[in-house]
Amino acid sequence: MEAYLFYILAVVTVIGTVMAITEQHPVHAIVYLVTSFFSLAMIFFLLSAPLIAMFEVIIYAGAVMVLFMFVIMMLDLGRPSEASRPFLRRWALPMLLGGIILVSIVTVAVNHISSPDTSRMISINDFSVVLFRKYGVAIEIISMQLLFAVVGALYLGRKRDDR
Amino acid sequence: MQILKDIYALLIGMWTTWKHIFRRPVTIQYPEEKRQPYPRYRARIVLTRDPEGGERCVACQLCSAACPVDCITMQPAEGEGGRRYAAWFRINFSRCIFCGLCAEACPTLAIQMTPDYELCTRDIMDLLYEKEDLLINGCGKDPVYNFYHHAGIAVTQPRGSGGEELSPVDVRGLMP
Amino acid sequence: MSYDPIDIALILGKIGLVFFVILTLAAYLVFAERKVLAWIQDRKGPNRVGPFGLLQPLADLVKLLTKEDFRPVGADKWLFYLAPAMAAIPAIMIFSVIPFGAPLTLFSHTIPLQVADLNVGLLLFLALSSIAVYGVALGGWASNSKYALLGSIRGLAQLISYELSMGLSLVPVVMLARSFRLSDIVAAQSGCWFIVYQPLAFLIFLISIAAECKRIPFDLPEAEGELVAGFHTEYSGMRFGLFFVGEYINIIVLGGLAATFFLGGWHGPLLPPVVWFSGKVLAFAFLFIWVRGTLPRLRYDQLMHFGWKVLTPLALVNILATGWFLVLKG
Repeated sequence: MEAYLFYILAVVTVIGTVMAITEQHPVHAIVYLVTSFFSLAMIFFLLSAPLIAMFEVIIYAGAVMVLFMFVIMMLDLGRPSEASRPFLRRWALPMLLGGIILVSIVTVAVNHISSPDTSRMISINDFSVVLFRKYGVAIEIISMQLLFAVVGALYLGRKRDDR
Repeated sequence: MQILKDIYALLIGMWTTWKHIFRRPVTIQYPEEKRQPYPRYRARIVLTRDPEGGERCVACQLCSAACPVDCITMQPAEGEGGRRYAAWFRINFSRCIFCGLCAEACPTLAIQMTPDYELCTRDIMDLLYEKEDLLINGCGKDPVYNFYHHAGIAVTQPRGSGGEELSPVDVRGLMP
Repeated sequence: MSYDPIDIALILGKIGLVFFVILTLAAYLVFAERKVLAWIQDRKGPNRVGPFGLLQPLADLVKLLTKEDFRPVGADKWLFYLAPAMAAIPAIMIFSVIPFGAPLTLFSHTIPLQVADLNVGLLLFLALSSIAVYGVALGGWASNSKYALLGSIRGLAQLISYELSMGLSLVPVVMLARSFRLSDIVAAQSGCWFIVYQPLAFLIFLISIAAECKRIPFDLPEAEGELVAGFHTEYSGMRFGLFFVGEYINIIVLGGLAATFFLGGWHGPLLPPVVWFSGKVLAFAFLFIWVRGTLPRLRYDQLMHFGWKVLTPLALVNILATGWFLVLKG
């Protein structure tokens, strides 16, 4: 049952992502991308990582994409169908990178045919112990970066009285 | 502290609405309960008669001229003895705004406002009131007034026999 | 993994029950709102359909179903049709993680009165409420109307801002209960409700959920004085009804969550747990209606200032204070 669900969700994810790339209308592309995030979150859930699944939805679908949409709705993009597709020359580098990723995925998939280990549920406790003990320094660095970003935003958004 | 004051103000508002929840509603359930309008309420217009039973309206067109929405039309006619009346008299209640200017303009108290406000039909043509719909068998708000008893040319009674009238002066006589 | 047919039947039964109860309650909440608002304004409210107007929701339903369902020229067809569902479905899905009664024991089967006892229940709530933004945003954008677009932009900004303070105000609850599982949070309040420890978090949460379900001091996305009807201006018939009912489902669900997080869920003396839970939910619903009858609408900059400069910093300070308290307590 889980395997069937996984394949269905995987197909939805791939189709959603492909449509998000090829769709010319930005809002439609966002909707496709959100669909793909959703099925990705469900896949994480099937892989016994409910925390990651929820973060996927909260952060990517709920925050990042909403901000994208906010910006797109504020900007009047006019007729999107006139946007031309990139030349073959510009396709070369992305296709190379994508090919590398594809090859690595295939290699991993060939070597590990076993289904995911669903017997051991990764609890929130395990997750946070690893996150804050093992990768504590990284978390601190990232939070410092976020703090700088907040301070920078406050500086940019301050009220200017010296006009 | 400003914030405490603000919270206090909010709570006062909440308390006011809370009290109003238990107050008796002021709604009148219209088709079942009807409110009694005051006698001077301005609604459906009628044409009244004088105490003797004659029509008060003399078709002078003053109401028609006063009407701001031009909803009154009539055709003057003259009866036996020179007494004027309206051959037909029409008020279009779909245009009438019940301002009461016609009743104020009427020199003979013929056109009067009544408190009957239930003027509602499915067909707009039903709101076109003809003379027979307007004319009532009564004097309206003044039960004794008769125009011809106070003034008027010798139509219903000889000159000088009205209420406040003096007898006509003989302009050729030399007597004071 | 094997499934017991009785368990599946029970889960389906619970889902059906929740759907039935919530949709009926939402329809009657519309009626209750009209009634209470009428009382506040010294009126009688709907009283024509059935005794005391109790059949009014049915009449509304028939009216909405038989109205023409039209689509404006230039509207984005699929998104326009999809948006009302995207607004209503996440709201009702949140209820799946709320425990609405003490576990029942029937024939040696323990039935938790909760559709899904997820160990990330609280996060599921945050995730689904962030998804509900899409209904507002896409509905307004797809309508191809300036009022709807303005309403949806306002809705987007407001929901993002207040989601932050809502999420942050729940962190102390998680710290106290040491779990994201809603049944654990309820169990941790069997002695003392969290509102006693966390009155500030409760206030922040209450204000944030009022903004989340776009209730009156924060109803800028549908401000009828300025934007006709905001993001659902162009909707008619049952699609408008879905937006409308979704809002009331949101009130019920968020009221249930507030009861679960701060008022001890189904805990309470004397009366059975389900009664306690529904009483708390209805009390929150009444509070929202009462506030709607009292307060005026905020201005847009006041809304943003209040969210970002008051509620969010307060919630952060509250988290810090709770953390210190827990560390000192050991």
